[in-house]
Amino acid sequence: MKVWVDRNICDNHGQCAIAAPENFWLDAEGVLQYKEDFPDSDLEYIEDAMDVCPVQAIFLKGEQ
Amino acid sequence: MAGLRTAEQIRSAGWHDEVVLIGDEAHPPYNRPPLSKEVLSSQQHPEEALSAVLLRQRASAASFTFRLGQSVAACNLAGQRVTLSTGERLSYDGLVVATGIRPRRLAVPGPTSGRYVVRTLEDALALRQQLRPGTKVLVIGCGFIGCEVAASALSLGCDVQLVEGSHGPMHRALGATVATAMRHWLTRRGLQIHAGRGVVEFLAHFPDRLNQVSGARLDDGTKLEAEIVVEAVGSLPNAEWLYGNSLDLSDGVLVDEHLRVRGAQHAVAVGDIARYPDPWTGGVPRRVEHWQGAIDTAKTAARSLVAGLTGGQVPPPYASIPSFWSDVFGTRVQGLGVPHFGTATEVLEGSLETPEAGVAIAYTREGYVVGLVTIALPPARLMELRPHLGHPLSDLLSPLQLTTT
Repeated sequence: MKVWVDRNICDNHGQCAIAAPENFWLDAEGVLQYKEDFPDSDLEYIEDAMDVCPVQAIFLKGEQ
Repeated sequence: MAGLRTAEQIRSAGWHDEVVLIGDEAHPPYNRPPLSKEVLSSQQHPEEALSAVLLRQRASAASFTFRLGQSVAACNLAGQRVTLSTGERLSYDGLVVATGIRPRRLAVPGPTSGRYVVRTLEDALALRQQLRPGTKVLVIGCGFIGCEVAASALSLGCDVQLVEGSHGPMHRALGATVATAMRHWLTRRGLQIHAGRGVVEFLAHFPDRLNQVSGARLDDGTKLEAEIVVEAVGSLPNAEWLYGNSLDLSDGVLVDEHLRVRGAQHAVAVGDIARYPDPWTGGVPRRVEHWQGAIDTAKTAARSLVAGLTGGQVPPPYASIPSFWSDVFGTRVQGLGVPHFGTATEVLEGSLETPEAGVAIAYTREGYVVGLVTIALPPARLMELRPHLGHPLSDLLSPLQLTTT
């Protein structure tokens, strides 16, 4: 499965990096980085990351 | 939001039977933080404003029955049924209490028209219409909502006065030292702040419109002129529908460490209304009105409820780190832990004289870090500090402490 972050909305809060640290992290400049692909078994964590994003910037690919 | 997220987590926890969500607002669950910020400043059509704040729902939400625009009037916990305001009765196996809070109103004499609150989308859209350049706005209360509304109104060209009604801007979240620094900063930004004052009466002076507010009198006798008033003086839990079940409803709904309602079977509470034993304040039960708490409590509560219904494993006690943020004049205030539980503060970076230039503060109690706040710093800075919560401040200050995880 694939996830994507709308950079126009993302505010680099970093909450996703707490919920799913394997998939999302803040780089040295504090900018969000992420892995687009993830195994189906990680969906739970990805959905948690989507939930805790204060600006709702994380989407499953094919969702929007 | 807490209701929706709990329902989704109930599905994730393996509950396959019917899930019904009852909400008194006409809209599907939406995101409230923008209501006191972006929504006030935007020119969006009401439908656009709604679609901008609607919460995305998990695929599993398609299996829920939404009963929007309906409210629960009463509940019989022993009989496991609720009565809607229409008189209709619904029985249930498990109950999620997610009725949240409503704004407290000032109980002082005077006119009632021209007084606003910000809790629902309709509240924000109605207030937005009044915020025109030159409008005299009086904001009462300086928590997150009061500060955000005051800053938004000033940015829109309104003439804004802020009556603190408490101990200083964001005092409850940030503590006295930082609240004082916030007051100086907000004053420099152009807010007229009446520090430490409260309102004792609303005033009217149009003989033909005696119910229209035209100002307020403060507890020191000062009279302030205003065309509109915004009351941002805290909240009240929507718990009345649970009366008559011998629950502890003294402040929200008392729950155990797994978020199960104390004194009830197969009932949990989530979000703003749940008063839970918070390990971050030594286990003293409290309500936490942070956005993130709605999501975090949903996960534990859903698993507790499903475990009780199916005989599965009860999740570990709820122990999420409280987390909050606010945006004032485009400046981010962000916090972790329980700053107000601290008895001392340590400025880690920057200066409280100039919070807008970036400042990081640790709050300590008996030498341990119990809260962290950053102002005008990248969120990544707070993430770096996060592992120090619950650890001695001395570790954080030691230059040898380079790795923290």
